[in-house]
Amino acid sequence: MATSANPYDLPINPARESNPGWWAMVLIIVTEGMLFAYLLFSYFYLGSMTIGPFPSDGPPKLELALPNTIILLVSSGTMYWAERGIRAGNQTRLRLGMLITLVLGIVFLTIQGIEYSHKTFALQTNAYSGLFFTITGFHGAHVFVGLLLNIAVQTWAWRGWFTAERHLAVTNAALYWHFVDGVWLVVFFSLYITPYFR
Amino acid sequence: MASTTAPVPLPERLTRIWDTAPGLYGVLATVDHKVIGKRYLVTSMIFLLLGGAEAAMMRAQLARANEQLLSPEAYNQIFSMHGITMIFWYAAPVLSGFSNYLWPLMLGARDMACPRANALSYWTFLMSGVFLYTSVLVGAVPDRGWFAYAPLTEAAYSPGLNMDFYAIGLTFLSVSTTVGAVNFIVTLFKTRAPGLSVNRLPIFVWGTLTTSFAILFAAPALTAACVLLYFDRRFGTHFYDPALGGSSLLWQHLFWSFGHPWVYVVVLPAMGIVSDLIPTFCRRPLVGYTLVALATVSTGILGFGVWVHHMFATGINATASSFFSAASMVITIPSAIAVFSWLATMWHGRPVFKTPMLFAAGFIVLFVIGGVSGVATAANAYDLQLTDTYFVVAHLHYVLIGINVFAVMAGFYYWLPKITGRMLDERMGKLNFWLMFLGFGVGFFPMHTLGLLGMPRRIYTYADGLGWGWQNMWVTIGAYVFALGVVVFIVNFFWSLVNGAEAGSNPWDAPTLEWATPSPPPPYNFARIPIVASRHPLWEDRINEGTGRSVLETGPMLDKGRDTFGTTPLDAEPDEILRMPEDTAWPFFLALSVLVLAYGLLFGLIWLAAIGVVGLFICIIGWFMPSHEPALTLER
Repeated sequence: MATSANPYDLPINPARESNPGWWAMVLIIVTEGMLFAYLLFSYFYLGSMTIGPFPSDGPPKLELALPNTIILLVSSGTMYWAERGIRAGNQTRLRLGMLITLVLGIVFLTIQGIEYSHKTFALQTNAYSGLFFTITGFHGAHVFVGLLLNIAVQTWAWRGWFTAERHLAVTNAALYWHFVDGVWLVVFFSLYITPYFR
Repeated sequence: MASTTAPVPLPERLTRIWDTAPGLYGVLATVDHKVIGKRYLVTSMIFLLLGGAEAAMMRAQLARANEQLLSPEAYNQIFSMHGITMIFWYAAPVLSGFSNYLWPLMLGARDMACPRANALSYWTFLMSGVFLYTSVLVGAVPDRGWFAYAPLTEAAYSPGLNMDFYAIGLTFLSVSTTVGAVNFIVTLFKTRAPGLSVNRLPIFVWGTLTTSFAILFAAPALTAACVLLYFDRRFGTHFYDPALGGSSLLWQHLFWSFGHPWVYVVVLPAMGIVSDLIPTFCRRPLVGYTLVALATVSTGILGFGVWVHHMFATGINATASSFFSAASMVITIPSAIAVFSWLATMWHGRPVFKTPMLFAAGFIVLFVIGGVSGVATAANAYDLQLTDTYFVVAHLHYVLIGINVFAVMAGFYYWLPKITGRMLDERMGKLNFWLMFLGFGVGFFPMHTLGLLGMPRRIYTYADGLGWGWQNMWVTIGAYVFALGVVVFIVNFFWSLVNGAEAGSNPWDAPTLEWATPSPPPPYNFARIPIVASRHPLWEDRINEGTGRSVLETGPMLDKGRDTFGTTPLDAEPDEILRMPEDTAWPFFLALSVLVLAYGLLFGLIWLAAIGVVGLFICIIGWFMPSHEPALTLER
């Protein structure tokens, strides 16, 4: 770079995917993803060590969990739609998309609560039950955090604080939401599907 | 700012932009990486002294057979806190202190990429340490060793809050470590001086970078282990309870999946300190720079594949043992590359044995001894004889004191003149070195033979007539001589603050960017952002490295706000201006909320935990609330 050029010709804090805040969110997602990896390692490790059936009462039923998985996947789509909207400066798409995402997230948590209430075991029953509630509970807590982020960002969105140029908070909230959905697919596969392989 | 009439001189203009507000608000709200770095250094050294005092008590108890100074219960608490304090609250944070202070200076930037996250990582470090040590006030000090094996740590065998302090405290500290690691990585990706491409980075930067990635991938294992332990203890789950499908080995797998990468977290930046300091005192560039950089990264990666060598004695099968034994041996290759690179640099250079270089040389000696005893314990068959003996204690102290503390001392003698503006006293420095080096040898070498004679670790006393007595007396004497060396350092530090010679910007005639700033550096670091053309910007005229010349005096000013360059990840070409955030107290209050949450979880007070969680969210929202001014109003 020539020293004579005016450095202020460069953009200041452009909202693009190389922003320090964006990088920080990506790295936090990496480390959170590792947390789930270690929890799932615990699940498979204890499963491999268990003599007798694992899960103790047979594979979990899919009748609530499968539709719930689809709901969460759809919510990722609506979040994507909202985030792409503000990139084009479309406030309506941003607000509407985030609102639908919020509702779908709340539905997901509600259905998970219903599923919990149908379980025949408790947190303290055995190691499997502890793992089931801990892993899905950790995921539920991540969904809850995602919803709180959604509420905060949506409040700002309804006030019109985001533009096509400045919307890093939206991008980061969306990134986090996609992570929460992606990690659910792994959790769902590990806890609900792999028991049927035995 | 940016007045058009009476021109204010550049340094003054920049100081107005970058200076921290005076008073209490400034103390709580500063995001200056130099202030945060100094706080990290001071706080971690206080933890070193606490851990050292605990060691002194242990050595008094062990000096003779059948000593009665400490009860078995007190001894359990003291050896546990010694390990926990040194490994978690001293060894890694002290290196974070150096990195926080030095990275932006070495990288030619004006701050870290995420200054507020930087403040958060310090506050959570401090408060997690306060949390841990309040266990002393409550009388429930962690007492099951620093690696806290289940099922001994389960509620049935460890009632009381002792191990809850451990589980919650370490999870709390993980917040600090993780936030710090994220910040270092983003800083490396984003905020380097134009031209400071990755092949020109100081090895110290490579070390901290590798460490930061290791933390992101390893720290969650400890968090998972501690969360499951807390659930077992408080909610009656059975993760570590074999009777109901759990496994006590699950703890060991999770803990050491974290624990072995952590070993490299506390040594790789320290090795980097030595790699950067030896060239200065040998008057030539480091031999094999690229190999050392690659060795650093590959050590960090290999560190994830060796955790089972801590578990050879648990009865895992022979195939797994052999694999992890071989993997552990492979780590000698990158380590040897580093050692031979240091030796070759000394061989081809003209070493000047000032205090920093003495410590670096001592470091190499201890690195080799600790490495060899590491190979011994990596050998499966041999390890079965050595597990839980003093041989392991000898090995881990050669590694942690040799490779961490000696490098840290070298780093202090090398960079404190930059930080304080005053040289440390050379005569006291040499006394400091020889007391520590000889004290260390006298104190820790006999631990090898004690281990071979069968002395188990963690016993509070031993019977007469086992042949351990006189060697233990040696160990105690050596440990106290070593401690005297630390005292000399502290005296030297305070004495030199007042009486030390003025350091000037580059007292050692060193090659890297941090020495291009005044000592101590102003709040904005560089009045003009340097443009870098080689690995040794301050030696270019002498060693004719590369084709161009670095620009240090006439580079861009960036004086319209808290600005620094955002650069591309590999080649460091500027592609944006980063307007850095102002000072803020949100990180402080966020850390305080986590502290409240931690006490809520500890005492089982749901309302207190809820206050912490609500505070947490308020702080996060306050912190990240976007400015609703349009982008166009940013002053150019």
